[in-house]
Amino acid sequence: MGTAIKADAVAPWHRRRVRIYDREAPLGYLLLVPTLLILGIFLLYPFLFGIWLSITDSELGNLGNFIGLGNYRFEWRNTDGVFYTAVANTFLYTGVTTVFKLALGLVMALLLNQAFPFRRFVRAALLLPYIIPTVLSYEAWRWMFDPTFSVINWLLVNTHLVAYPGPNWLGVPANAMAALMIVNVWRGTPFYAIAFLAGIQVIPLDLYEAARVDGATRWQQFTNITLPMLRPVLLVVLLLSTILTFADFQGPFVLTNGAPYNSTQLLSIWAYQWGIPGGAIGLGAAISLVLFPLLTLVVAGVLFMLRRPE
Amino acid sequence: MASVTYEHVTKKFSADTTAVDDLSLSIKDTEFMVLVGPSGCGKSTALRMLAGLEDITAGQIKIDDQVVNEMPPRDRDVAMVFQSYALYPHMTVFDNMAFGLKMRGSSRTEMDSRVKEAARILRLDQLLARKPRQLSGGQRQRVALGRAIVRQPRAFLLDEPLSNLDAMLRVQTRIELQKMHQRLGTTFIYVTHDQVEAMTMGDRIAVMKDGVLQQVAPPREIYDEPVNMYVAGFIGSPRMNFLPVTITDHQAKASGLELKLPKAPGVARGILGIRPEHFLPNVSADDAVIDLKVEVLEVLGADQYLYGKVGSDELIARVDPQLKVSVDDHVRLGINMRRLHLFDPETEQAVF
Ligand SMILES: Nc1ncnc2c1ncn2[C@@H]1O[C@H](COP(=O)(O)OP(=O)(O)O)[C@@H](O)[C@H]1O
Ligand SMILES: [Mg+2]
Repeated sequence: MGTAIKADAVAPWHRRRVRIYDREAPLGYLLLVPTLLILGIFLLYPFLFGIWLSITDSELGNLGNFIGLGNYRFEWRNTDGVFYTAVANTFLYTGVTTVFKLALGLVMALLLNQAFPFRRFVRAALLLPYIIPTVLSYEAWRWMFDPTFSVINWLLVNTHLVAYPGPNWLGVPANAMAALMIVNVWRGTPFYAIAFLAGIQVIPLDLYEAARVDGATRWQQFTNITLPMLRPVLLVVLLLSTILTFADFQGPFVLTNGAPYNSTQLLSIWAYQWGIPGGAIGLGAAISLVLFPLLTLVVAGVLFMLRRPE
Repeated sequence: MASVTYEHVTKKFSADTTAVDDLSLSIKDTEFMVLVGPSGCGKSTALRMLAGLEDITAGQIKIDDQVVNEMPPRDRDVAMVFQSYALYPHMTVFDNMAFGLKMRGSSRTEMDSRVKEAARILRLDQLLARKPRQLSGGQRQRVALGRAIVRQPRAFLLDEPLSNLDAMLRVQTRIELQKMHQRLGTTFIYVTHDQVEAMTMGDRIAVMKDGVLQQVAPPREIYDEPVNMYVAGFIGSPRMNFLPVTITDHQAKASGLELKLPKAPGVARGILGIRPEHFLPNVSADDAVIDLKVEVLEVLGADQYLYGKVGSDELIARVDPQLKVSVDDHVRLGINMRRLHLFDPETEQAVF
């Protein structure tokens, strides 16, 4: 009532502007414009451009012509073998690292939630893998995995866990994949741990007290209270992490770049190799876009597994 | 069913916070014991030590004849109802109530029958499939009670279970709790800051202040014979009037009042305690009489409270609501000498 009277009182030239502010729907869209603009420029445009590239024979420095779905026929370029390896590796890499990050992150969060001296300091230190610039840390890992100068092997040999000279980490297919996973787990676990820690800390303590009086052991408290109460956090962390790991590039690129013999080839690396050094930007775009439906499937799977139990 | 004994129990959270100080209290089997006192006096801490949720700094707690100081909560076989209810938000009402049985490995059929039985008593039958967030405050409270009942524990510990309910529901639930106590025949230990709850529910009441137990007695005795000024002031509403007096032999003299004490206290100064409800409207020749100058009056239907001054002392009197009084009136009231209390001003202990 009050605003209507005021609107009538203002000068006519002023009235139209007041009306826009008063009506919610147009004002809402108006306020969305900046966000939509930014999203459009930085997300939608590259995405659509990528789709366009993938259906052309573009090369670096030369926008090509429409060729339909040709780039997606990987067998045409006799790359279909590598394609399937890369897909399988991407799934393996994401699956294995996610399981480890999840488990280790949870254990870490539970430990960090206990009272111990220098707790704040340790909590902060835990984030180090996440803070160090990846170029530095991945180079350091490459050095640690070096066949001649490997610190890891030096330790393993000197503690008599393995015979001299120790495993060739990055030169043997299975070892190389394991090395990539170790580094990814090392870098990704703090994210899980911190998220889980935050999730654990908002669980009301009286739930645990009630459970203790009700006769629950520590393990039963964990499975009946902590885990189910963490479900929302778990969902978000798992989704984010799956997406990021599925498209992970930096670690695998620095450490192996697909070697040896494409045994650590991932879709992201392979797309880069064709698109940038190989110059076939259209094919590279096609390979990266293959990630998209696969990732959608994986995300749907995660959402299904963590659906609300009713 | 069990008796509970606190023997010189002390709880310090740090060097300078003593939450419970040398508490000795024995609670009989099937008794309804109420721990009452203002917020922060250590009631919850006393209860939580019994449940095993807090360590005991000194002394011991026994359930029946067994010292439970080091016993983990799960082995104590007591059930607790929390002020917050502490319902498991991700579980249905049924699962909340069955939780204790499940943890102890009861069979599915036993869980089913016991939960159904408790749900029937608490009128939760229709709500068993709901989650706590889909319940009203009163329903949640009943689920919390149900979770305790289902376990058939040796003792029920209740920490301010009614304080989150509205006034009407609180009275209703109070009565239901008493019925439940009679039906179950189990020891109840009930913590509250509300003296009305304490008076109405307790077989006996333990009044606490600053971690120290003041008095343990049945409600009537606490009301009639408080051991000190603190208990006298805490129990009863409105609060007991306290008037400083000087005493010579049998005669006590306050600023606006002089009366003959029933017996000579043998002290020179004292504090008279008169409950607002212990004034008499009809003054006879040999009663002690006060002349109350009314400053504020409150008519509450069944009662009328007069707030005013006798000499320079503040005083509250409860009188018949039919009595026509207005502000600035002087009202003559007799004092019921048999209900008179006298306290030592130094120790605050009751002289009589
Ligand atoms: N976990 C704790 N750490 C430190 N002090 C506490 C803790 N719990 C309670 N206290 C202190 O102990 C005293 C008694 O608390 P509590 O038993 O909760 O009182 P009540 O239940 O009577 O309100 C208070 O002074 C409170 O601040
Ligand atoms: Mg309390």
